[in-house]
Amino acid sequence: MSTENLVKSTLNPDLAVVNEICAAGEPWVKEIKKGQTFRIVDLEGNQAVDTLFYNAQDAMERYSASDTIRRQHSLYLTTGSKLYSNFGNVMLTITADTCGRHDTVGGACAAESNTTRYAPDKYPMHSCRDSFLHALAHDPVCERLGMSKRDIPANINFFMNVPVTEEGNLEFADGVSAPGKYVEMRAEMDVVVLISNCPQLNNPCNAYNPTPIRLLIWPRM
Amino acid sequence: MNQITQYLWETHIPGGCHWSGIVRRGTTLRLTDAAGGANAAVLFYNLEEKLERYNMADTLKTQHTFHLTKGHACHSDMGRVFCCITEDTAGWNDTVCGLSDAELIHQKFGLGRYQELRNDMYRSGLDGMLVELGKWGLGRRDVVPNINFFSKVTAGPSGELQFHVNHSKARDYVDLVFVMDTLVVLSAAPHPLDPAETYHPGAIDLAVFPSPSAAENACTHIAENARALENTRRLYAYGGEK
Repeated sequence: MSTENLVKSTLNPDLAVVNEICAAGEPWVKEIKKGQTFRIVDLEGNQAVDTLFYNAQDAMERYSASDTIRRQHSLYLTTGSKLYSNFGNVMLTITADTCGRHDTVGGACAAESNTTRYAPDKYPMHSCRDSFLHALAHDPVCERLGMSKRDIPANINFFMNVPVTEEGNLEFADGVSAPGKYVEMRAEMDVVVLISNCPQLNNPCNAYNPTPIRLLIWPRM
Repeated sequence: MNQITQYLWETHIPGGCHWSGIVRRGTTLRLTDAAGGANAAVLFYNLEEKLERYNMADTLKTQHTFHLTKGHACHSDMGRVFCCITEDTAGWNDTVCGLSDAELIHQKFGLGRYQELRNDMYRSGLDGMLVELGKWGLGRRDVVPNINFFSKVTAGPSGELQFHVNHSKARDYVDLVFVMDTLVVLSAAPHPLDPAETYHPGAIDLAVFPSPSAAENACTHIAENARALENTRRLYAYGGEK
């Protein structure tokens, strides 16, 4: 389960009902119905995609990093991993992954944490939290669900490599991703996905060059 | 062991039980594993603006660590520090495994209702947290990945987790030097990965004493912590106070 599990998808992009590009530094919100398949493509490589999932009827149920980690005894995500909610329900299952490892503990960048991690004058730089809050302020789905900053817990970083050593150290390593690599997951319930295509320029999580991603959704098979 | 002669207050939390309260900046909270093998699941909130809360990811990535111990700080999501860890006799506190819930406790230990067991009933970490959070107008939306003091969980090369049994011994303790007025929420229910076959979670003793001068400097060998402490100082900057 926890080791890299490289599996290619058989789905044809021509049959996808959603096929969109999200530029670096922008948020993206979409509803994914139970049974539909969702793919994120790292178009140019080494791009961190900060991602949260919510129950499409009630945002109080949301992706939970600690449930996902402790219920599978595993820190990283790959093919076969389940994404659990804070109610212990499986929200999505990863069905294909050509990258091999995705992060659960690195969280999202923010103006405030940039001041502590790098320097006080980094506060004005664009961040994932700003993208999340922008989406909460503008997206009709987020508005319908009544979402606020309270509803932003620890997120998944698809394509990001944050190795943890047995001694308990944590690194932000150069990405294991590459142009065209993708991760695909099947929704096990109706969910809303909230993405920030990460604008971080202060560490190698985006190879110092944030780039676009492609997002596809296929109808229920 | 660092003997403190006079505590501002002390209290005893039996295994499985839960507690919440305010710990002021300038004071130190000592958590003691009363008999060994305890787990103290803890979350922190800024008393003035409880939307500011402990942030697992920021705490870990600002300090390039997966575990917490002496010399580390517990960060909020707003670039500030709740507290610095100035003593940790067991040497490792888990940051990622979260809370046990009622379903897990029931699966592992069976039914343990108040009707039959009175106050030895089987409590879960999540339910304890929700009860305490409810006292402050908080709830499920405010539950984020917590710290599990006294529990050691390591990760192998491919991310597989291992829980270390008997990590914490009787009277092991952790000192938390607070630099923010903080709502502390705590559950002494079992760690979710603890393989114990019977429900006997360990008790936690809490004690608060005035922090020694500049005690928080124990975590400023990490430059990120020094910057977060400066951000925290600014929260309390007002006329007449340096």
